[in-house]
Amino acid sequence: MSAVLTADDIRRALKRMAHEILERNKGADDVVLMGIRTRGVPLAERLAAHLEQIEGAKIPTGSLDVTLYRDDYARTGPLPLGQTVFPDEIDGKVVVLVDDVLYTGRTIRAAMDATMDYGRPKAIQLAVLVDRGHRELPIRADYVGKNLPTAAGQDVRVRLESVDGHDEVLLEHAAEVTP
Amino acid sequence: MIDHLLSIEDLTADHITEVLDTAEALKDIALRPIKKVPTLRGRTVCNLFFEDSTRTRISFEIAAKRLSADVINFSAKGSSVSKGEGLKDTALTLQAMGVDAIVVRHSASGAPQQLTQWVDAKVLNAGDGWHQHPTQALLDLFTIREKLGRLDGLRAAVVGDVFHSRVARSLVQGLTTMGAEVTIVGPPTLLPPRVDTWGAAVSYDIDEVVPKTDVLYMLRVQRERMSQQFFPSSREYARLWGIDRDRLGRLPEGAIVMHPGPMNRGVEISADVADAANSVITDQVTNGIAVRMSCLYLMLGGEEVAA
Repeated sequence: MSAVLTADDIRRALKRMAHEILERNKGADDVVLMGIRTRGVPLAERLAAHLEQIEGAKIPTGSLDVTLYRDDYARTGPLPLGQTVFPDEIDGKVVVLVDDVLYTGRTIRAAMDATMDYGRPKAIQLAVLVDRGHRELPIRADYVGKNLPTAAGQDVRVRLESVDGHDEVLLEHAAEVTP
Repeated sequence: MIDHLLSIEDLTADHITEVLDTAEALKDIALRPIKKVPTLRGRTVCNLFFEDSTRTRISFEIAAKRLSADVINFSAKGSSVSKGEGLKDTALTLQAMGVDAIVVRHSASGAPQQLTQWVDAKVLNAGDGWHQHPTQALLDLFTIREKLGRLDGLRAAVVGDVFHSRVARSLVQGLTTMGAEVTIVGPPTLLPPRVDTWGAAVSYDIDEVVPKTDVLYMLRVQRERMSQQFFPSSREYARLWGIDRDRLGRLPEGAIVMHPGPMNRGVEISADVADAANSVITDQVTNGIAVRMSCLYLMLGGEEVAA
């Protein structure tokens, strides 16, 4: 295991991403942040806090559980469900999906479908703390904390203060992965 | 989760909690602009009803459709059953057509259990004879937990025609599994033999029970199942065993009144009580959809769609 992002790195990355969101959308007036459960939710809240600090306005923030939209129900079986909370009407808004790790892109596909069932946003954007590559769908992130080239056998672990007690991103090396 | 939902007896407290928690997450789908999720796309659910039912069949149908399953409705009337086809041949036909789940209602106790011997599909009991109606009990438990915040330690009274009631049988088992204290109340002619083995107290006096009750569950007087006179008249039944404005006033603060429907207004429940603020009867109907979605969701995943 080696740390690829420290707590300070994560804080700086989130702050930079907040600035990028503002720059890209010319302010935060129409922005709604939706954290993908589980670790996307605290990340969305922290992005919202940065945005509020910079812009002085409160950004609507919600949580999205994509379990019912996953493409592997027939294989994995039922998984526990969490609540989905949209803070606001999303018609005509810019919905920024927030997740910890972008990998195959399948979760994001599910999250986009779930979002579309709630309304017709002006745009959907994607913010991730780590992009580890190996996409299986034509999906890319608009805001990335860190691009982290990985091998398929490696494991990226994101730890966050509110869930795990501390902030850290770890990369488990292929050699450490037990076959 | 279990393979088939035949009886509430098959469910542990953990199973029941899983069903209720899942239903809670599924309930808000009804509030969305698009009341549908794609989870059960490609699955086929057959509603196989040998007995008349409107609310249960429609509730199961909506539940399956909100999860994007395809639904086939099969009722005994107007089908080959009226030509004399037996349960087994009907089951084998459905099996050959490749349905993934069969929701069955039958007048014979044990028919759903029998069905599991003949088909690979998951079987959900939607009421069999006087035996069981597990999804009704689950939606009742869900409604109680939603309104009162818990099940453990609550005082529930199940009042009326317990003898003919599969709802009562399932509900009492579910409530005791979840740690509630249950009292069965009714005229001796309408209580089943060996009711003392149900794990519930028995009372023949509703007025003694009402002030000590958090959940007052009124059963429907099932005149269509009665082959003989069990009580002299509807009016006498209402006076001795029904809930009216006066008895409602003697329930503890915050208590709720429930009924599985369809109601005989003026018999087991007076019209004004049915519409009173502490009556949660329409909530039961709404919650029925979420609970049935939960059962389908928990039972139909995990293996690739049958070829």
